[in-house]
Amino acid sequence: MMNWIAIGTLSDIPRRGARCVATPEGKIAVFRTADDQVYAIDDHCPHKGGPLSQGIVHGAAVTCPLHNWVISLETGKALGADEGVVRTIQVKIDGERLFIALEALASRAA
Amino acid sequence: MTEKLVIIGNGMAPGRMLEHLLEKAPDRYQVTIFNAEPRVNYDRIMLSPVLSGEKDYEEIIIHGDGWYIKHGITLYKGHKIVAIDRQAKTVTSDHGVTEPYDKLVIATGSVPFIIPVPGHNLPGVLTYRDLDDVRAMMLAAQSRAKAVVIGGGLLGLEAAAGLNAQGMDVTVLHVMPTLMERQLDPAAGYLLQRAVEERGIKVITKANTQAITGNGKVEQVELADGTVIPATLVVMAVGIRPNAALAKEAGIAVNRGIVVDAGMRSNDPDIYALGECAEVNGMVYGLVAPLYEMARVAASQLAGDAAAAFVHSDTPTKLKVTGIELFSLGDFADGDDRQEIVLRDASAGVYKRLVLKDDRIIGTVLYGETADGAWFNDLKKKQTDISEMRDTLIFGQSYQGGAPLDPMAAVAALPDDAEICGCNGVCKGKITGAITAKGLTSLDDVRAHTKASASCGSCTGLVEKLMVLTIGDKYNPAAVQPMCGCTTLGHDEVRRLIKAKSLKTIPAVMQELEWKTSCGCAKCRPALNYYLVCDWPNDYADDYQSRFINERVHANIQKDGTYSVVPRMWGGVTSASELRAIADVVDKFEIPMVKVTGGQRIDMLGIRKEDLPAVWADLGQAGFVSGHAYAKGLRTVKTCVGSDWCRFGTQDSTGLGIRIEKFMWGSWTPAKVKMAVSGCPRNCAEATCKDVGVICVDSGYEIHFAGAAGLDIKGTEVLGLVRTEDEALEHIVALTQMYREQGRYLERIYKWAKRVGIPEIKRQIMDDAEKRKAYHERFVFSQKFAQVDPWSERVSGKDKHEFRPMASVGFAEAAE
Repeated sequence: MMNWIAIGTLSDIPRRGARCVATPEGKIAVFRTADDQVYAIDDHCPHKGGPLSQGIVHGAAVTCPLHNWVISLETGKALGADEGVVRTIQVKIDGERLFIALEALASRAA
Repeated sequence: MTEKLVIIGNGMAPGRMLEHLLEKAPDRYQVTIFNAEPRVNYDRIMLSPVLSGEKDYEEIIIHGDGWYIKHGITLYKGHKIVAIDRQAKTVTSDHGVTEPYDKLVIATGSVPFIIPVPGHNLPGVLTYRDLDDVRAMMLAAQSRAKAVVIGGGLLGLEAAAGLNAQGMDVTVLHVMPTLMERQLDPAAGYLLQRAVEERGIKVITKANTQAITGNGKVEQVELADGTVIPATLVVMAVGIRPNAALAKEAGIAVNRGIVVDAGMRSNDPDIYALGECAEVNGMVYGLVAPLYEMARVAASQLAGDAAAAFVHSDTPTKLKVTGIELFSLGDFADGDDRQEIVLRDASAGVYKRLVLKDDRIIGTVLYGETADGAWFNDLKKKQTDISEMRDTLIFGQSYQGGAPLDPMAAVAALPDDAEICGCNGVCKGKITGAITAKGLTSLDDVRAHTKASASCGSCTGLVEKLMVLTIGDKYNPAAVQPMCGCTTLGHDEVRRLIKAKSLKTIPAVMQELEWKTSCGCAKCRPALNYYLVCDWPNDYADDYQSRFINERVHANIQKDGTYSVVPRMWGGVTSASELRAIADVVDKFEIPMVKVTGGQRIDMLGIRKEDLPAVWADLGQAGFVSGHAYAKGLRTVKTCVGSDWCRFGTQDSTGLGIRIEKFMWGSWTPAKVKMAVSGCPRNCAEATCKDVGVICVDSGYEIHFAGAAGLDIKGTEVLGLVRTEDEALEHIVALTQMYREQGRYLERIYKWAKRVGIPEIKRQIMDDAEKRKAYHERFVFSQKFAQVDPWSERVSGKDKHEFRPMASVGFAEAAE
């Protein structure tokens, strides 16, 4: 079952920036691009666990603040020569309101 | 036993002679050079690009100090030889150094000719001969006032173009009816005049200078026809004459120049002369190609090859003014036994003229389009019979043999012995041979191995084409390193265009400079943000999303995602109440690690991001502000206890350090800036490995800069000594502002200094009070917008979103 959870509004996140959503499993980073696309991925770089939410957002990618890996926000994969992938989380925008899909969490809670 | 070779003069000719000599007979001589100029050997042909601002002095050095050391050559800089004793075989300098010689080479060059009109010795009248002249002109140009250049020849026009590029209002006075009449026929001279005038330079021909007048300094130039031209700077560029006075006093045969045979030997068999001071077969020379030929001959003679002989050849003339293409060679006077072929294309501004005699080229004038110069030169040199191609000859090489060829094919069609580099006499075969044999892939490599295009650089295009022909795609012509993958432009180009086009936002920069990505990347965005903050302090709205996380949240991210916090401790001085406040914060927030930093302050590590505003609030209560330990900006100013406590202290180093830090905190710079002030030369604050350091001495403050003690280790350079604390602060602030305006993002001061040259920095900061004050003012202006404590701003609620999650989910369910 898909469980959509409201996390706030688009304007909560700065353009070319990110905010975090705290969950019992760790933080989820929610990104807003220059053209108002919203993406959510685990706030955990596949390289050394750096907080991706703190990186610089460019296009649909973020550069990790610790060692400059570039992670695709669409696929969660490391771009360029680096290899690794981070979990992506589905996002729905309903007008201004943002929802993320947390299947695993919901099923465990149920 | 090695013989003693003494050289008087250190210009391009003796420099080249030494290169040849070290190749042919590396151990034969012990070499000593006396240079009247206080510097190493540099490329005088490139003085014009230095004057116009296209190049720096550092870029035109031929032999750096290291070269002399490596070859065991003693170089006396700033020593002018005042006497040659041919009986004792010694020379003596104006500083009293006497040096014996077995062989002596005189290379004293030339002196500019000064028209002896009244007022020719007023302050403000300069010549155009060496780096000192260029620097004096650049200094004068800062006034943006009026300049008069007397002389419309090669040097005069280059000087005029340079001064014009520096923003001066320039008038060229030329005594003849057309410009460069020795190299150009009247038609080309006219086209040249038009091109010069289009640049905003006024030209007056048939101008007879009668007097230079003014009250204690130059104020105007008066012509014979009564015209009066106001000017604060007059440059005399009417010609040169061989500098043979020293040789004459020593009783050596002198005519126009020092008379030498084809082996460059004077009438004293142990004394040679070469360069502009030498006269061979009744001719004196001023262009570099024959001077280099003299250097080759003299080196061979000194190495024992008695057969080496100088042979005259015509040298093409090129004008080194960006955007003006001009080539002239040989004899182009009209005559009954001569025919000419002329091509004019008024709309394209092209004029070409070939002068023929007995079906052979004897002279060439090309204006506006000079690509075929090398080919015409080759035909002339080889005395090729051109009757077969007479009809199409003027259209150039590409039109010979039927279908027009592209320029690349034209270069490919050149024979191996075609001369490519006129300055250094390098032919095509030598260049392509070196590229293949040594596997050369860059222009710099080719220059290093063959010297082709290494002097005036006007054949660079030809050399590049040869590289493409020889190695194809392996040649990468991109000379500038682009900022990042989003653009082809380098940092300097981007900085220049931001100013030139008044670009004041990151999107504007990306739009106007045709960025290849929609919103840049993590490399270019922080760089652009810095450039805009620096260049438009009052207009630009800092883009925090383009800042690295540390600068965005004003703390240092650690490997586990927590942060560290370093409050400012001015000059490294603290107090009981400050320490107590820190201790309280550490207890309250359970901060796991407290550490004394290398910059004389205290670091608290392992703070959760959410706690940062509260930590800052408590620290702020105790009077702390951000230490900017995370910033590409002013970090710390380390101090020692100085004259207040130390028995060796000469000045109040602690006080000066605090004063500097209080004046400069909050400023953003290309990379971090760390400073230190030591109270005496024992240097307890370790100021001599800092970006900027001060060593206090009895007589004042010795300012140091460009040190490094990180990835690289490097002692500082001395900027200079100043007398008072106020002066020290002004100089340091000006230096920092110069670096802020010129540095590439992430380039530390020592790398920037290496790039622009220590002498240039000293000149602008130490010698040029006006420039220094202007830098200082711009820094002070920028500080009005920069000196805001970022911590207290955030305690008051700025960027709240940064410090708290947007939502917490899943916890309630999990608790059930």
